Amino acid sequence: MKSATFRIWRGNAEGGEFKDYSTEISEGMVVLDAVLQIQAAEANDLAVRWNCKAGKCGSCSAEVNGNPRLMCMTRMDTVPTDQPITIEPMQTFPSIRDLVTDVSWNFKVKQGIPPFTPRPADAPDGTWRMQQRDVNRVQEFRKCIECFLCQDVCHVLRDHRKHGEFIGPRFLVYAAALEMHPLDVADRVEALAEADGIGYCNITKCCTKVCPEEITITDNALIPLKERVVDRLYDPISKLLRLFR
Amino acid sequence: MPTIAAPVRRFGETSRCDAWWVQPLVVAAGLGLFVVYSTWAAFQGEYYHSGPYLSPFYSPELFGDSPHAWFGPKPAVWPAWLPWSPAFLILGVPVGFRLTCYYYRGAYYKAFWADPPNCAVGEPRGSYLGEQSFPLIIQNVHRYFMYLAVVFIGLLAHDAWKGLWFTDPATGVTSFGVGVGSLVLMINVTLLGGYTFGCHSLRHLVGGRSDQLSAATPLRQSTYDCVSCLNRRHMLWAWMSLVWVGFTDVYVRMCAMGIWTDFRLL
Repeated sequence: MKSATFRIWRGNAEGGEFKDYSTEISEGMVVLDAVLQIQAAEANDLAVRWNCKAGKCGSCSAEVNGNPRLMCMTRMDTVPTDQPITIEPMQTFPSIRDLVTDVSWNFKVKQGIPPFTPRPADAPDGTWRMQQRDVNRVQEFRKCIECFLCQDVCHVLRDHRKHGEFIGPRFLVYAAALEMHPLDVADRVEALAEADGIGYCNITKCCTKVCPEEITITDNALIPLKERVVDRLYDPISKLLRLFR
Repeated sequence: MPTIAAPVRRFGETSRCDAWWVQPLVVAAGLGLFVVYSTWAAFQGEYYHSGPYLSPFYSPELFGDSPHAWFGPKPAVWPAWLPWSPAFLILGVPVGFRLTCYYYRGAYYKAFWADPPNCAVGEPRGSYLGEQSFPLIIQNVHRYFMYLAVVFIGLLAHDAWKGLWFTDPATGVTSFGVGVGSLVLMINVTLLGGYTFGCHSLRHLVGGRSDQLSAATPLRQSTYDCVSCLNRRHMLWAWMSLVWVGFTDVYVRMCAMGIWTDFRLL
């Protein structure tokens, strides 16, 4: 059976170091399997967050060889084993211990976004009517599992630490799902431009690349929202047309 | 929103072990080469037309010495100390369109400004304004360049049409024909059209801004679907059209200089 070396970050908010562990790799294994194998055999105190092992809970987000990935969805046969495989916690969020980070900032951000606000019901029984075509567009955004890999890779948060001024791609997708919903009537555009800092996004598409649900974050959510901000704040013709509507 | 303080990585620092530097390097080389060539070509002011062909770098030729000029030769009011080329009057439109394009913005921020050098790779600067404030907030002008770029597609299509009509120098009679240059011009306008009509701003304006597109006319719905279809491969269209528009100028220039012969197919 083949063996591989894993260089795993051990530490907490105060600091830490990488430690090497070797474990046997068999066909069909994913990185999370190897990490749990190491935890069971060599490092019983290794902190790692995981739950479904099926790429749907978004718990086992980490950085595998520097790339933000779900460990449960990273097959070992896609990772070179001729050199140590680096496993680190997400860099954008504070470390709690080992591979576990404190992602509570995200939940606070979500609370600041105006929730779904439907128009008055279309029918006397309190129901609405929507066309499938109109709902299809926002369905893509609802695939999000909140793994926060997009937040982790976004350089505005990761390198520039703009957590106080920018809500990040995850919550721009969330805002897009609400803002583009055919029933929703809340207005989030000015908040997107100011408090949410959508202008900080410089369209590097890193968020789209790391999304395990393959949501087209940049093209289908961020840029359409940026265009709505342009409509509202920067396009004089749009402003003029609004006066006559 | 609460803030999070944490150590920031140094420039180029990453745990990535793949060749992350290749992509920005290729983009920088490709865009840099195009910028150098197109600037040189724009400054030449000659060898930009050959027979029925007009280089896209010089189209529309508002003022100039070729038969393609709309309003005759260089205006007399043009200052003598200022270099002259018919391209100077129009190149701002395609340059502005590409410079403010959502795809190119992401690409050149990485390739030329290392902001970031690539995904999950440390950056050289600590400060960051993004497109939230001046100067990059100006990128929001993109849709206005798009309006002009759509007009230019019409003009380049007209050039491609004119590239099918050859004048016999002996008799002065104009007749339909197809040369290699005709195909070069037609491919050029097709690729530029694929790029321009897949623009994110156009996608927004033709339907993306509406939350209930189902209530729009069937024509508008189809237009949105077509633009969205092209938009899915916007990067590919951007590169193909960039390379081909450069090649089209090279082709016309080589023919005008007599280095290449334009073979007639029909």
